[in-house]
Amino acid sequence: MDYEQVVVYIPNLRRYARALVGDRHAADDLVQDTLERAVRKFHLWRPGDLRAWLFSVMHNVFVNQLKSRRIPPSAELDENFAGATTPGWVTDVRDLERGLALLSAEQREVLLMVSLEDMTYEQVSRALGVPMGTVMSRLSRAREKLRRHMDGEPERTDLKVVK
Amino acid sequence: MKPDDDLSRLLHERFDPVLVEPIPARLQLRRPAWIGHARAAAVLAVGIAIGLALPFTWRGAPQTGPVASAGAPALPVRAARAHLVYAVEVRHPVEVDASQQEHLVAWLSKRLGTKLKVPALTAEGFELLGGRLLPGPDGPVAQFMYQEGAGRRLTLYVSARAKGEGQTAFRFAQEGAVSVFYWIDGNWCYALSGEIDRPALSRISTSVYRQLNP
Repeated sequence: MDYEQVVVYIPNLRRYARALVGDRHAADDLVQDTLERAVRKFHLWRPGDLRAWLFSVMHNVFVNQLKSRRIPPSAELDENFAGATTPGWVTDVRDLERGLALLSAEQREVLLMVSLEDMTYEQVSRALGVPMGTVMSRLSRAREKLRRHMDGEPERTDLKVVK
Repeated sequence: MKPDDDLSRLLHERFDPVLVEPIPARLQLRRPAWIGHARAAAVLAVGIAIGLALPFTWRGAPQTGPVASAGAPALPVRAARAHLVYAVEVRHPVEVDASQQEHLVAWLSKRLGTKLKVPALTAEGFELLGGRLLPGPDGPVAQFMYQEGAGRRLTLYVSARAKGEGQTAFRFAQEGAVSVFYWIDGNWCYALSGEIDRPALSRISTSVYRQLNP
C-alpha cells in the first residue's frame, strides 16, 4: 500500500475544502476526517483515478458533517491576502466568497470540482455518485447564480422585515 | 473573455495559495512503525511520528507505568515527545492562539468529544499561548501550551484513556531534559510537561488537577 500516492493530493483536498467550507479550521477538520476515512477504506480503492476516489470519500464525509451540523452554516473566510494584485481584486474576491456562500452545498461542490479542481464531468459524476446530467445542471445553475451575484444583481432572498 | 473563465481564474487566484501552505502536522500521513505489519493501517500520526524519530530512551519502567495501547509509547513518553516537538516552535507553537480561547476550547472539545477545561496558570507565572490538536494511538489529543514571561514553556497533554489503562495517581517521569507529571482521571489522561525542575512542576500540576476537579 503506497500512502505517498495519497499524500500528493493533500494540498488539493485542502484547497477544495477551504473553498467549500470557508473556515480554515473547519476545512482542515474535513480534510483530516477524509484522510482518516480514506486510510480505513483504502482496501476498497481499485487502482484507477485516486483523486476522484479521494474526492468521493471527502464528499461522503462532507455530507455527514452537514447532517450532523458540524459545518458552520455560513462559511466565512478568515484570512488576509498577501498579494492583492489590483485594487478591485480584493473586493472581487469578497464578492466571490459571499457568492459561494449563497450556493447550495451541492452546487458549490460541482462548481469547485470543475472550476478549481479542473475535473471532468465524468470524474465529478463518479466522485459525487450522481448522473452526468445532474452534474451539468448543477454546474450551470451554480455559475449563473454566482455570476448574477458578482454582477451585483440584488439577491432574491426573502428578507425578514424587522419591526 | 468568457465569464466562466473569469470565474475560474478568480477561484484559482483566491484559493491556489492554499496549495503551497505548509501542511499542518495533523494532516501528515505517517506509517506507524509501532503498529506492526499485521495492523499496518496508516494512521494520522503526526507529532508522535515526528517524536518517534527523535532519539529517546525511556528510562522508566513501562510495566509499572500506564499500560500502553497497541505498543504505543506510554503516556509520559508521548507527552514529552509532543512537548519537545512543539515547545521549541517559534512561529507556530500552537494552531489556535489564546486570543481565540473560546473558539480553541470549543474546537478541541468537539474533536475530543468531551467538554474540556483549560486551567489558568497565571498565578504560577504562566500564560496560555494556545493549543493544537494531535493524533494519538487512542484518538485525538489536545495540547495546550503555556509560556512564562522568561520564555519557558509548559504543555498540557490531554487524551482519552486507552483500553486497559487503569486510574493512576500523580506520577513523575523524566525524559531527557523534559519533566512530566501525569495522571489518569476517569476516562482521561493528563500530562504536564516542561523543562522545569520537579518541585515547581509538581506545584503547577497540583494547581492543574485542582482546577480540573474543583
